[in-house]
Amino acid sequence: MTVFIIRRLLQAALVVLLMSLIVFFGVNVIGDPIDMLINPEADQAEIERAIKALGLDRPIGEQYLFFLKGVATGDFGRSFIFGEPALKLILHHMPATVELALTALILAILIGIPLGLFAGLYPDHPVSRAIMAGSILGFSLPTFWVGLMMIILFAVVLGWLPATGRGDTAVFLGIKSSAFTRDGLSHLAMPALNLALLKISLVIRLTRAGAREAMHQDYIKFARAKGLRTRRVIGVHLLKNIMIPVVTVLGLEFGNLLAFSVVTESIFAWPGMGKLLIESLLQLDRPVVVAYLMIIVVVFVIINLAVDILYSILDPRVRLREQGT
Amino acid sequence: MSVLEVAGLRTHFFTRAGVVKAVDGVDFTLQRGEVMGLVGESGSGKTVTGFSILGLVDPPGRIVGGSIRYRGEELVGAPDERLRELRGNRIAMIFQDPMMTLNPVLRIDTQMVEAIQAHERVPKKAAWERARDGLGQVGIPSPEERLRAYPHQLSGGMRQRVTIAIAFLNAPELIIADEPTTALDVTIQAQIIYQAQKVCRERGAAMIWITHDLAVVAGLADRICVMYAGRIVEAGPTDDVIDRPLHPYTVGLLGSVPSANKRGQRLNQIPGMTPNMLALPKGCAFRERCARAGDACLAEPGITEPAAGRALRCFHPHGIEVPA
Ligand SMILES: Nc1ncnc2c1ncn2[C@@H]1O[C@H](COP(=O)(O)OP(=O)(O)OP(=O)(O)O)[C@@H](O)[C@H]1O
Ligand code: SF4
Ligand SMILES: [Mg+2]
Repeated sequence: MTVFIIRRLLQAALVVLLMSLIVFFGVNVIGDPIDMLINPEADQAEIERAIKALGLDRPIGEQYLFFLKGVATGDFGRSFIFGEPALKLILHHMPATVELALTALILAILIGIPLGLFAGLYPDHPVSRAIMAGSILGFSLPTFWVGLMMIILFAVVLGWLPATGRGDTAVFLGIKSSAFTRDGLSHLAMPALNLALLKISLVIRLTRAGAREAMHQDYIKFARAKGLRTRRVIGVHLLKNIMIPVVTVLGLEFGNLLAFSVVTESIFAWPGMGKLLIESLLQLDRPVVVAYLMIIVVVFVIINLAVDILYSILDPRVRLREQGT
Repeated sequence: MSVLEVAGLRTHFFTRAGVVKAVDGVDFTLQRGEVMGLVGESGSGKTVTGFSILGLVDPPGRIVGGSIRYRGEELVGAPDERLRELRGNRIAMIFQDPMMTLNPVLRIDTQMVEAIQAHERVPKKAAWERARDGLGQVGIPSPEERLRAYPHQLSGGMRQRVTIAIAFLNAPELIIADEPTTALDVTIQAQIIYQAQKVCRERGAAMIWITHDLAVVAGLADRICVMYAGRIVEAGPTDDVIDRPLHPYTVGLLGSVPSANKRGQRLNQIPGMTPNMLALPKGCAFRERCARAGDACLAEPGITEPAAGRALRCFHPHGIEVPA
């Protein structure tokens, strides 16, 4: 297991390095930050000074090496716009996004698994058909449209929930989150559900497919032939087998939730990393964009590793293979 | 009182392509401690008969008629909870394919202990010890170690022994063994048959041994039922059926018993194909493959008793000349 983790970490480091190359040069191709950042009416001396301050006068290769050296020490450069260190800026916006993504993930599990299980166990039941129809909608309706509709319905028409922003936060067990206050929860509900919608549909489909397949497996019939209660057959024998693909996919999807909550955060003015990214992109705030992408790469790598470990814990057949290597 | 009385059992599958009459009129009685061989080609309805007894026929299948009495108690239409109480407790089944029977993500001890605790309030430790002893009884070396293993860590033969041990855990009165040895190699087959037989004799359990290989049951069963296309076409004491088979299908099966040196080679001396269960011929289902078929066979042969203790469904049985 340790060998496995070390090997994976080395692979991860390589991936991060490669990504840093792609990200750095990719962002440089997008546009010229000088035009965006410097007052066009400024005189030449002023422009020169700004360029020097931002390090934009050096050759791009040198800029990259300089950047790498910075990355190694956690320094991604300062935001052109805010003048703050890019990393600090992103870390400051991270908790809000993590909170949103985590809530969406929990919603996807709590809603998706029971519904998917029901649809898998009783495929011909009218409720199952409704669930499946709902999951098709969840897949096909665009997130931004659903988000706007939610705002219209719950915030404008019914007035139940606030339309935008993150509410009050409170600290509980050392974690600062809006999930611990009423106001925070009411702000969290809509964006989290909006972000979760696609994942709920995904979990429903995965769980249903898994249940349908497992139902006809001999080991389920044998479990029943042993005289086990239905609760145990489904809750242990069936669910444990279904959870393997569900956990794997959901784990990987969590990275997606973090990275691509951009749309949801923009609609609901959620002060997370996604919103920061959009703003930085629009203003060609290169250090922030680069730092964001690098952080996301690292997050993905970590999540992948965590999923692999979790997978091997859930599936004993994988566990053995790893011990062998 | 007999342990099991099956009468006129009919289990059909209502598929899109039509109704599959997988079991269509099966009768037999099983006494305490008796071993019955249920023999027939693939698809003849042996497994479905077993599942029907356990109440484990799933949609699109359904028991559409007949009765199954366990110690006089009717099981067809019995409440689910009553069937669950009996399953794995009084009536146990060993499945056909040992590779697929155990849950791949649960340890052997989990799967054994739960089988005990489903029927009895036993502390986990006591159940665990019983599981360990059970493994020992079916000839598994170092059972404590095996208990901690996952199924994939055991060989096919080991796994099948584990399922046999599970079947015997609650000292059932009736065991349905569904071709428990077909997937295994010959030596292990013989060991497992020996072990199953031994435990059965020791505990006085009745057993239905399902197989398509008459040679396997010849040395094992007290009585044989030969099944064809959902029906029992011939039944009787093992020696009688093997020495003086009456039904042309039984004769064919005996002809196709592989001799020891040709084992593994599929000998099909019965002409024709196994029947299409969706389009069985009218009258005797074996008619199209039967050398003795005559006009009478266009009607459905009923059950006759050609000799004491024997049952037969055939108009022109062997040993009696075909009328011109
Ligand atoms: N779930 C099902 N749906 C439709 N038909 C089925 C189903 N299960 C069994 N059958 C049909 O019932 C018939 C009897 O099947 P069964 O499994 O009892 O045969 P078997 O005698 O056990 O054969 P084998 O020796 O191959 O195990 C077959 O024709 C099979 O196609
Ligand atoms: S009833 Fe006729 S067709 Fe059927 S087995 Fe007997 S002789 Fe053959
Ligand atoms: Mg079978």
